[in-house]
Amino acid sequence: MSAPAPPAHADPRLAPVIAARPAGLTDDSEGMAYLERLPRRLVTTYLPLVIILVVLLFPFYWMALTAIKPDEQLIDMERFNPFWVVEPTFKHINKLLFETQYPRWLWNTMYVSVAATVLSLFASVLAAYACVRIRFNGAGWVGAAIFLAYLVPPSILFIPLATIVQAYGLFDSPIALILAYPTILIPFSTWLLMGYFKTIPYELEECALMDGASRWQILTKIILPLAFPGLISAGIFSLTLCWNEFIYALTFLSSTQNKTVPIAVVSEFVDGDVYKWGSLMAGALLGSLPLVILYSFFVEYYVSALTGAVKE
Amino acid sequence: MAHTALTQPAPLAMPTRSAWQRLRASRGWAGFWFMLPTALILGLFLAYPLLKGIWLSFTNTRIGREGVFIGLENYTWLWDDDVFWLSVFNTCLYTVVASVVKFGVGLYLALLLNKNMPFKSIIRSIVLIPFVVPTVLSAIAFWWIFDSQFSIISWSLRHLGIIDGNIDFLGEPSMARACVIFANIWRGVPFIAITLLAGLQTVSPSLYEAATLDGASNWQIFSRITLPLLTPIIAVVMTFSVLFTFTDFQLIWAMTRGGPVNATHLMATLSYQRGILSGTLGEGAAIATAMVPFLLAAIGISWFGLQRRAWQSGGTDR
Repeated sequence: MSAPAPPAHADPRLAPVIAARPAGLTDDSEGMAYLERLPRRLVTTYLPLVIILVVLLFPFYWMALTAIKPDEQLIDMERFNPFWVVEPTFKHINKLLFETQYPRWLWNTMYVSVAATVLSLFASVLAAYACVRIRFNGAGWVGAAIFLAYLVPPSILFIPLATIVQAYGLFDSPIALILAYPTILIPFSTWLLMGYFKTIPYELEECALMDGASRWQILTKIILPLAFPGLISAGIFSLTLCWNEFIYALTFLSSTQNKTVPIAVVSEFVDGDVYKWGSLMAGALLGSLPLVILYSFFVEYYVSALTGAVKE
Repeated sequence: MAHTALTQPAPLAMPTRSAWQRLRASRGWAGFWFMLPTALILGLFLAYPLLKGIWLSFTNTRIGREGVFIGLENYTWLWDDDVFWLSVFNTCLYTVVASVVKFGVGLYLALLLNKNMPFKSIIRSIVLIPFVVPTVLSAIAFWWIFDSQFSIISWSLRHLGIIDGNIDFLGEPSMARACVIFANIWRGVPFIAITLLAGLQTVSPSLYEAATLDGASNWQIFSRITLPLLTPIIAVVMTFSVLFTFTDFQLIWAMTRGGPVNATHLMATLSYQRGILSGTLGEGAAIATAMVPFLLAAIGISWFGLQRRAWQSGGTDR
């Protein structure tokens, strides 16, 4: 399997090295598509595609619509067409931001995600470099072990981890999450970065070695700048995984002000009130938006992370 | 050459290097320091908990009380527990149905996306959005869509004249199962479609052209060219998909919490309910540990079952 191809690269010396295959989403080959006439394509391609896209996007439309719908329109589906909204209101979002601890939860989520991502990027850059380039005795076994760690799901670890977190005195502390999340992120990032590091030619490293550079200098001045797209991919993807993580946060956190968005939305709004839906959907919408915005800026990196981690 | 032999070169430092210098230059030593952060984190928070979980499952530990070794008592208890077996059945049903449908729809979507069309890259980016949004938050949107009173699906079907009363989506066992499986499929299809699409893009168009010239039908092209070349990626993608579906927790917890009458309890949610909410850590750990053999079997089936086809169909066996 080929390593994920990094997006268009700044360094011209590497042009022949890093294969010119465009990453993930773009290819402009027309292939044999010109053989199909438009009516046929409408039925075989566009119609099913539109149906699938509508199903995939409808929950978000529904989420956003509910978040700005006044309460009386939410529960009266006979007088108002539920698929649309008249007189949209920011009441739910206002309530969320100023009457609950939502900003605090958002901050917790961001803080934990960024810290865990930085920690795991640091550890996985070192590990990936060691496995690919230092090639100490047993590097292959270590690489395989890291891949196996990828296959251990949090669902079978959360109970013993809860007792361990308790024993370390980290219960109900964001530190517990910052230390636990890397167990999910490191295997994935290491595996992805190993793929990127393998595409960098040995010659560059040998030149630096001849000029008297140390291992550390080679890593920070030669390898990392060249593997920068890989770092961004791993970072973005790790951030998303942290934001998404649920079971550890649910188990390790108890006080309201320490919760992350996914936990808070599930546990703090569910009070049997018919009118909860507006603020619940507003909470889900605001919790998703940062990730979607981030994703829209880094689609290519995101896709290369996704496919790279699978293809290795 | 003789010249160089006569002029004595400056004595090299090599033979007189101290143990410390040799250690510093050795690959193993450098590798050790580079691996240290990863080894510490994975050791303390992954390997140790994994072993500790197995140990806990043989004790009667409760929250706030150290347990003692009780042998297989947790497991014998579970063996006679109908709810546990129901959760095993639910988990298997959930995994099998969701994975099969996800694979079918995902492959179909990947083939659609692989065609040439306007706004191709934008459409491909949009497809991945359900995967990017946190599962719990989209699960909550589904919870609202499947609401017993204000469900938009019930409303639409009523106004189309198909049903008379509202459907109790999450209140009736088999309906609730169908709903959570649907939500899981919805969330998993983009991942499968985009990764398979990446695989499809590596297939050379000239193969398709050659097959078309030789008179192959669309189905023949798909089954003789696309599928065999895609099998290695399918094996990996489906292994991950099965793994994540089998151990799913958050989707269920956000939508049904295992209800109605345990009809949607997966092993992971049951383990949380028994271990954390009821406080019997030992029993919860036993349920979690009981997932491991099923998990290995599931991974084995999807990995080897699909992988073998790679060489059967003339590909190289890696």
